[in-house]
Amino acid sequence: MTLFGIGFAAPWLLLGLVALPILWLLLRAVPPAPVKRMFPGVALLLGLNDDEQQTDTTPWWLLLLRTLAVAALITGFAGPVLNPNQDTGGDGPLLIVADGSWASARDWTRREDRIQTLLTEAAREGREVALVSLTDPDVEPQFLSADVWLTRLAGLSPQPWAPVADQGWIEDLPDRYETYWLSDGIARMDRAEVLARFQSAGTLTVFENPSPVLALAPARFEDGAIVVRAVRNRTDVAQGISVNAVGLDPAGIERVLAAVDLEFDGDASEAETALSLPAELRNRITRFEIAGQRSAGAVSLTDDTLKRREIALIAGGTDREGLELLSPLHYLERALIPTADMIDGTLEDILLANPDVIVLADVATLSGLEAEQMETWVEDGGLLLRFAGPRVAASDVSRGVEDPLMPVRLRAGGRSVGGAMSWGEPKGLAPFAADTPFAGLPVPSDVTVSSQVMAEPDPTLSDRVIAELADGTPLVTRKQVGAGQVVLFHVTANAEWSTLPLSGLFVQMLERLAVSTQSARPEAEDLAGTIWAPDVVLSAFGVPEDAGTRAGVAGEIIAQGQVGPELPAGLYAGEDRRLAVNVVDDDTVLERTAWPEGVAVEGLGVTAEQPLKGLLLSAAMGMLMIDILASIWLSGRLFGPRATAGLAIVGLALALTGEVQAQSEADMRAIDATSEAVLAHVVTGDSTVDELAYAGLRGLSDTLFQRTSIEPSEPISVNLETDELAFYPFLYWPVTPNQPTPSAEAYAKLNRYLRTGGMILFDTRDADTARFGASSPNGRKLQSLASPLDIPAIEPIPSDHVLTRAFYLLQDFPGRHASRDVWVEAAPPDAEQIEGMPFRNLNDGVTPVVIGGNDWAAAWAVDRFGAPMVPIGRGFAGERQREIAKRFGVNLIMHVLTGNYKSDQVHVPALLDRLGQ
Amino acid sequence: MSQPTAPLRLRAEVEAASLPPLLAAADHLAATVMMGIHGRRRAGVGDEFWQYRPERTGDELRMIDWRRSAKSMGGRFVREREWQNAQSVIMWIDSAASMRFSSGTYDSKSDRARLLGMALAVLLLRGGERVGLTAFDAPPRTGEAQVQRLAMLLSAEGDTADYGEPEARGMIPQSRAVFVSDFMGDMAPVEAALTKAADRGVKGVLLQVLDPQEESFPFKGRTVFESVGGSLRHETLKANDLQARYLDRLAERKDLLRGMARASGWQFSTHHTGDAAQSALMWMYQAMQRV
Repeated sequence: MTLFGIGFAAPWLLLGLVALPILWLLLRAVPPAPVKRMFPGVALLLGLNDDEQQTDTTPWWLLLLRTLAVAALITGFAGPVLNPNQDTGGDGPLLIVADGSWASARDWTRREDRIQTLLTEAAREGREVALVSLTDPDVEPQFLSADVWLTRLAGLSPQPWAPVADQGWIEDLPDRYETYWLSDGIARMDRAEVLARFQSAGTLTVFENPSPVLALAPARFEDGAIVVRAVRNRTDVAQGISVNAVGLDPAGIERVLAAVDLEFDGDASEAETALSLPAELRNRITRFEIAGQRSAGAVSLTDDTLKRREIALIAGGTDREGLELLSPLHYLERALIPTADMIDGTLEDILLANPDVIVLADVATLSGLEAEQMETWVEDGGLLLRFAGPRVAASDVSRGVEDPLMPVRLRAGGRSVGGAMSWGEPKGLAPFAADTPFAGLPVPSDVTVSSQVMAEPDPTLSDRVIAELADGTPLVTRKQVGAGQVVLFHVTANAEWSTLPLSGLFVQMLERLAVSTQSARPEAEDLAGTIWAPDVVLSAFGVPEDAGTRAGVAGEIIAQGQVGPELPAGLYAGEDRRLAVNVVDDDTVLERTAWPEGVAVEGLGVTAEQPLKGLLLSAAMGMLMIDILASIWLSGRLFGPRATAGLAIVGLALALTGEVQAQSEADMRAIDATSEAVLAHVVTGDSTVDELAYAGLRGLSDTLFQRTSIEPSEPISVNLETDELAFYPFLYWPVTPNQPTPSAEAYAKLNRYLRTGGMILFDTRDADTARFGASSPNGRKLQSLASPLDIPAIEPIPSDHVLTRAFYLLQDFPGRHASRDVWVEAAPPDAEQIEGMPFRNLNDGVTPVVIGGNDWAAAWAVDRFGAPMVPIGRGFAGERQREIAKRFGVNLIMHVLTGNYKSDQVHVPALLDRLGQ
Repeated sequence: MSQPTAPLRLRAEVEAASLPPLLAAADHLAATVMMGIHGRRRAGVGDEFWQYRPERTGDELRMIDWRRSAKSMGGRFVREREWQNAQSVIMWIDSAASMRFSSGTYDSKSDRARLLGMALAVLLLRGGERVGLTAFDAPPRTGEAQVQRLAMLLSAEGDTADYGEPEARGMIPQSRAVFVSDFMGDMAPVEAALTKAADRGVKGVLLQVLDPQEESFPFKGRTVFESVGGSLRHETLKANDLQARYLDRLAERKDLLRGMARASGWQFSTHHTGDAAQSALMWMYQAMQRV
């Protein structure tokens, strides 16, 4: 029996629902069980009556819950089933036709499910079935038992091409049959005949996924950006898709390198967008794919056409400003920039970027390591293009023994022809020989060479010359090294030695050398007679697979561009390049199928039978569980004295909130530390020292507040192990002999702090008894504490250090003690005093450490009322010392916060004035 | 009894340690007939010699110290003794079943009451007063031995009765009394005891010790309330409805106690086991000085 689309196995049980109102009444009357409590105050309760009599009934929501639970039980046992199967009538042979194309791959599992359902039904009705996939190269409709097809179903898979045009098999079919057609949703011109045939043979039902089929056209390179274009077969709604560019990252792991969003307008069947990527990234892209689409059409493999050559230009010698036309690289840049990407940087960095070409213009020698790396790079396929020049001519490179990075040995000095001091005329070029890369290039008569470096005659020389002058001397020589090559132009890259760089021939020669080539897709005539070996083939689901030992494909087939069983989509490798063959090419247009009238079109959706019994029964159980809890709560036992479980839960919650509180405490601390300037000191573990340090920083903060525009808030004690240091510009670190050594993590934090501009004032507090060094326990402790720190070289504070004038003009830095041993970061060795300047232009940054032993905190320390805490010296002299100590503190914090501002020479006149010089 | 003698005494000593020895109010000491070691530093009734003074008119002949008079030249001297007195304090610490109630982690009322009583006893004994228990268990005596005795008696097993009744027997006229209880039971015996005490000129302190739960009545839902001994029982369907009325009755009970105390010259206060014992002891100490 079916009720509201839900079938019931035992519908009579539903009559039990009638009993629910009775249950309601029954449950209403039963009050919750009482709780027994021991309570001495009961004597006072005697005689007190309850006001409301109806409170002894169960609350309505509990009643509802119980009633629902019972209702769920009754319904559950009645055996409800969602979407009960209803059989479709029919008999006679059945033909199931599947478009096993790439467009079907996106929802293949649903198609399989649909076919399976159809086959199961057919099997139940005992019909004979023929299952045909239109992408099979040779279709043989066989009418077999549906059970046989059910076992064969797993072997059915989509192919990464469109249905095959040849439809001869249709003649083999019997006269009458019913047809189920699982269409991929793309209209194809050659279907009409087949369709008419199916319709004449019996009823035709089409199953089709109504959502649009998306496909990606091959990406192309246009105006410095990659243009990505997607097409679809429906034009009724606006739609947004995301296209991923996938490739290998530098670690060799395939990942999405870039993503771009495409928007189809409501009535547009295609959408395109430009994707601008750095050359480095662009060259890594191996394919584009539409995110979330599993079909070969949604994947577009890329080949060499997208790649631009990366060229690194390196010139010898320092560039002279303003002489651009004489720059060795000027003409090369002009020639190469339109077609290639330039890489700048040092040779070391460039080699890491692995460019296609490195141009060395008049670079004679490379350092050992550079040469080694360069050789490896050339052997791996790099093209090293060298130009001669005065430096090369003057150097000893490749002189006696051939340099691995030179194609030939060079004679000393080179030669100059046609100059003022020479006999001959400047030489022209000889026509290019047929077997050289320059063959066929016209030789302009105005290209002359006046100087060149000369090649030493060698047995291999003639093989290596690829261009020569009219007198037979080599102009360009080349040698293969591993997979790469080294090419030497025996002239300069600028117009100094020849007019070659001024001519169009120069650009053509560079192109022929594949320095600047931008590969274009070969034409049909280029492809004729070639064989291309598949490297990667695309499955129908758009997954690139290794082609393995597939046979090569003739260039003619590739030229036709018809993807099919002979030419699966994929990446084909030729002699020197790779070619991508995609399911969708530039001309592909997708259109929506238009079925003739009288054809039933259904979706692919299969609704499986879903028994609801378990669901309902577990819902009933759940509600009864809730009922138990609610009953306990109602009778007051949930939070009674005996509810230890409840207490445990509460305890757990408290523990959790405690953690949260700790978390927010750290946050509060961070907010406190960053909302205002805060001085901080390191907690040493010695409470006296810590308190004094805190009081000292409080005194210093007060002094700063009163005298300067720095208005710090209360100082903070910092635990190196647990607290974040980055918030504090300044750390005061009193050294005690027995303070714990920070952990490795704390040291890492401290080093990061020092490197990012923090300052630590180390105070050994023993300047009264010890000099700076390891002579005291504190000094030794300081040494052991500071050894893992990243502290630069230090020196006693020079008299022109910026600390002496950051706010006050000072020469002494006393604290409680008045030692002069205060050490700061050493001045750079090249700091020199300029004539007439009172101070040197010292280090640019803030000294990361100040080290001393004057117990500054004691001199700064004030109690909460602002009175000094520690006596300093005696009488007026002592007060003076305290004042100077405070001034040192002010200078120090000024230095920390303003850096070398007072080092600026702008302040010189004022300072000179103040200094009375 | 959960607390053995020594810990209870120890805790009481700790409680008492922070207070100066209690001196009973001087005007009442005069009326006490019992002699104590408390010299008042003036001539009066006592055992100890104070001074000789010349005879004055009105001195009875038997008062003359003839030996001293014989030593002098003509004058007659009267031997005066130091005025000594000591206060007798009788304590009733309720040990009925209702006192054994405690909610949550608080001390039971009984524990708290005994602790307070013992602390007060230690204070008083140290001040030289005589402290005893009602019902002839321990007649008022002085000295360190009495501390031990009281501690032993107070640590004994409690009553089985649900609610305690004050024992008015054994009260020495003009002495002091301390009643510590929850006063949850019948009020008639309390009233009778107070009346009897007032008749004998006994004044004292009523301290009601209550559990915080008894003060707040934080109950909900259908509940059966039972007394600790199980003799009383009350069932309600909605305990939270009773709260206001229960609290009214409790306030009424306190008012009654306060009224009775005022009528008979006693002091009354309520102490909760959730609060510090120190405050209650302080109050008792001061109240003992006032009465």
